[in-house]
Amino acid sequence: MGTTKAADGAGALLDLGETVRELREAYEGGRTRSVAWRQAQLRGLLRLLQEKEAEAFQALRTDLGKHHAEAYRDEVGLLIKSTNGALRQLGKWMTPEKVWVPLIAFPATAQVVPEPLGVVLVFSCWNVPLGLSLEPLIGAIAAGNAVALKPSELSPCTSRFLADNIGRYMDSSAVKVVQGGPEVGEQLMEHRWDKVLFTGSPRIARAVMAAASRHLTPVALELGGKCPCIFDAMGSARVLQISVNRIIAGKWSSCAGQACIAIDYVLVEERFAPILIKVLKSTLKRFFQETDHMARIVNKRHFERLSNLLEDRSVAPSVLHGGSMDAKNLYIEPTILLNPPLDSAIMTEEIFGPLLPIITVKKIEDSIAFVKAMPKPLAIYAFTRDAALRRRIVDETSSGSVTFNDAVVQYAIDGLPFGGVGQSGFGQYHGKYSFEMFSHKKAVMKRGYLVELTLRYPPWDESKVTLMRYLYRFNYFAFVLSFLGLRR
Amino acid sequence: MDAAVAAAAEARERLRASFASGRTRPAAWREAQLRGLLRMAAEMEDDICAALHADLAKPQTESYVHEISLVTTSCKFALKNLKKWMKPQKVPSRLLTFPSTARVAAEPLGVVLVISAWNYPFLLAIDPVVGAIAAGNAVVLKPSEVAPVTSSLLADLLPRYVDASCVRVVQGGIPETTALLELKWDKIFYTGNSKVGGIVMSYAAKHLTPVVLELGGKCPVVVDSNVNLHVAAKRIAAGKWGCNSGQACISPDYIVTTKSFAPKLLESLKKVLGKFYGQDPLRSPDLSRIVNSNHFNRLRGLMDDETVAGKIAFGGQSDEQQLRIAPTLLLDVPLDSAIMKEEIFGPLLPIITVDRIGESFAVINSMTKPLAAYLFTNDSRLKQQFERNISAGGMIFNDTGIHLTNPHLPFGGVGESGMGAYHGAFSFDAFTHRKAVLDRSSFLGEARARYPPYTPAKLSILRGVLKGNPMAMVQAAVGCTGGRRA
Repeated sequence: MGTTKAADGAGALLDLGETVRELREAYEGGRTRSVAWRQAQLRGLLRLLQEKEAEAFQALRTDLGKHHAEAYRDEVGLLIKSTNGALRQLGKWMTPEKVWVPLIAFPATAQVVPEPLGVVLVFSCWNVPLGLSLEPLIGAIAAGNAVALKPSELSPCTSRFLADNIGRYMDSSAVKVVQGGPEVGEQLMEHRWDKVLFTGSPRIARAVMAAASRHLTPVALELGGKCPCIFDAMGSARVLQISVNRIIAGKWSSCAGQACIAIDYVLVEERFAPILIKVLKSTLKRFFQETDHMARIVNKRHFERLSNLLEDRSVAPSVLHGGSMDAKNLYIEPTILLNPPLDSAIMTEEIFGPLLPIITVKKIEDSIAFVKAMPKPLAIYAFTRDAALRRRIVDETSSGSVTFNDAVVQYAIDGLPFGGVGQSGFGQYHGKYSFEMFSHKKAVMKRGYLVELTLRYPPWDESKVTLMRYLYRFNYFAFVLSFLGLRR
Repeated sequence: MDAAVAAAAEARERLRASFASGRTRPAAWREAQLRGLLRMAAEMEDDICAALHADLAKPQTESYVHEISLVTTSCKFALKNLKKWMKPQKVPSRLLTFPSTARVAAEPLGVVLVISAWNYPFLLAIDPVVGAIAAGNAVVLKPSEVAPVTSSLLADLLPRYVDASCVRVVQGGIPETTALLELKWDKIFYTGNSKVGGIVMSYAAKHLTPVVLELGGKCPVVVDSNVNLHVAAKRIAAGKWGCNSGQACISPDYIVTTKSFAPKLLESLKKVLGKFYGQDPLRSPDLSRIVNSNHFNRLRGLMDDETVAGKIAFGGQSDEQQLRIAPTLLLDVPLDSAIMKEEIFGPLLPIITVDRIGESFAVINSMTKPLAAYLFTNDSRLKQQFERNISAGGMIFNDTGIHLTNPHLPFGGVGESGMGAYHGAFSFDAFTHRKAVLDRSSFLGEARARYPPYTPAKLSILRGVLKGNPMAMVQAAVGCTGGRRA
């Protein structure tokens, strides 16, 4: 079918070569170019998501302990929305754009024509394993490419779910799932692709980009960072409660904090820290009455990484709430810390877990300098009613995106480009940006033979140069006079 | 090597501090720099032409038309559109996150590195810098050492016409370039050949730096028989020998035409060449010379290859001392000869013949994607097929090269001819981060269905919301949870 299970050993290399060859043949054959093919794939994807919803939920629950409401809200539901959006807009995206042509080139037309890049590779990640696989797939297919998808081996059930179903609902020789671990990723990168999208850690991103450079393959990298949440005085109790709800949604409801756009840490003025903490504690209690309403930690390695962050001797005293860990079930309680040392690992590395450090500042404006001193994150959040502060945050900080008075929801707006800057990556997708990510915008100019300006050609003399000076200044009047003068 | 490393680090640190101070952000600063570049191009025109002549024996007309005037147009276009480009673009907010406003703000990447090429040493240095400045960045420019007189001129002129605390020229060869590449930049813009392009990208990978690579390739020209032959021949010649003697990334590299049409095309090209460059082309002042002896020997090698030497149909003369090669036409060289495997980048033009014009597509597609592809024909069906089946950075029907003068068209490659594009607004975009900004400052609605504890009723509201069901939207917006208070 449309899957290749790359096992260890010499057989694996052969399998991948064959996979890549099939994809290239499918693309070169031309069928991925037609609107009909693209629509058929997108409709197939839609059917997959609708018919196999229960299996998808099961896979996400097995891999991450994700509640199916979270799975629907953050993955399945959004994917259905995106696929429908792509189907609706496909015609518009595919239409060449006419552009202006200077009079000197008359008669001529110019257009920008989008064309597929060819055969593209998508590396997905384990924390939003369906979303980070299929959202790029939507764009790649809408743009008319053949696609290889490599889901993360750290979310094996979802990986298998994709491997089993993609081929059944879509064109299996032009859309393939390749399962396996890092070695398979490396082997894939030995081939030439027309584009590679990688979602994951900076360390592996460097290796992917270095491998891509050998073939001059363009890449897009979706990385992470420490997404700060600046928390200003919120005025009324109602607004304070809503803000806290949203912070919790942006941290613990997002795969237990294991999300590239999850809130990593909070910055708040000293005097407001107590009220923030009080409302956080009470709301956490209300929201997470059962442990299965929060995802678990993906595996033992990450569990140990997170427990080390907490058990660091300089950090442990700052734990204010939570902190209990269940190694057997890979469950860590929602945990709040107050002012852990800024040079501790929890404040220098991306946490990617249910631990929330709260850092106090004297004045809320000091948060700006704090955030600027860190590498550029994928998202900056700020809860504030102060328009001037909002303006300063947008103007003075840099991040993939900025969201005011909410968290994580920017992901769902397909009119907004999704991607990082600096250490959080480069390249953007979602909505039409997905289509553009996997397209080449070809400049096409058409001329006729009606008018021929001989002054273009050698042998050169001063009069020709003078004419060209006028033309290039779009001074057509002077040009015509001079031209006529020359004739006389 | 240490001196190079120190110089590179110092330049970057200076620029980082300048950028951090916010100096490059206001429109006024950017406009002042662009006006400075305009003045530079106007006041120093003679010096620039002299430098280009020293480096390449470039005819003054080419220097003016292909380099200086294009820089001028670029600056003016940026000045005219700057405020528009800098303005955030509103994005229709979705009912999903009602109430909210969304926009995309344009933000400079920071401190960027521009490495330029030797063949259009003024244009390819300044044009990307125009984009970087318009987008509000600080820039280090590393001009090509293979055009040393222009490189020195740029190092001398730029500090006099633009803000030297934010725009720096670092001269040098491989050690200096490597020292620069070892550092972390917010973007690297490279114009040159594919091999070095790959090396630049591998350095960029260490710092996760995004790149624009403007590379080359073999730009094919397909010539059909139903064309105005004389005009076609002139336009081909203008794009080939009229562009730095074929040393241009968008110069026609080779021609494909039918066996029956080839003799006519050959005759027409010979006539045009005679008119343009006279009977002694090696002495024509209207032809650039070959940039240096390395490239001269490379090109001679391509011509002297035993499978190729006998196919010279016109020209073939050269003057090693003057580093000049005459416009040369070759007929039916073997497709596996070096001249058909590498980018020629010189005044040699092979003509490949096929039985039917449609077979030209297979020839082109057997090679890597070029920066530009050209087709001369009046057959609209052939044009359609060409557009659909040939992938190239850009494409022109019935002319060559001119698409790069249109600031509304993106200029860049695809596949091995490069990644990324510039010119016009695309230059601004190349050096800009599009930052998504979502503002939910009106706390009017609160969708409690979002939050745990999760219930089937809440899920059903979420389903409705994500499907765009208005009833569900309303329920969500008023904080409905579909059941008991949760």
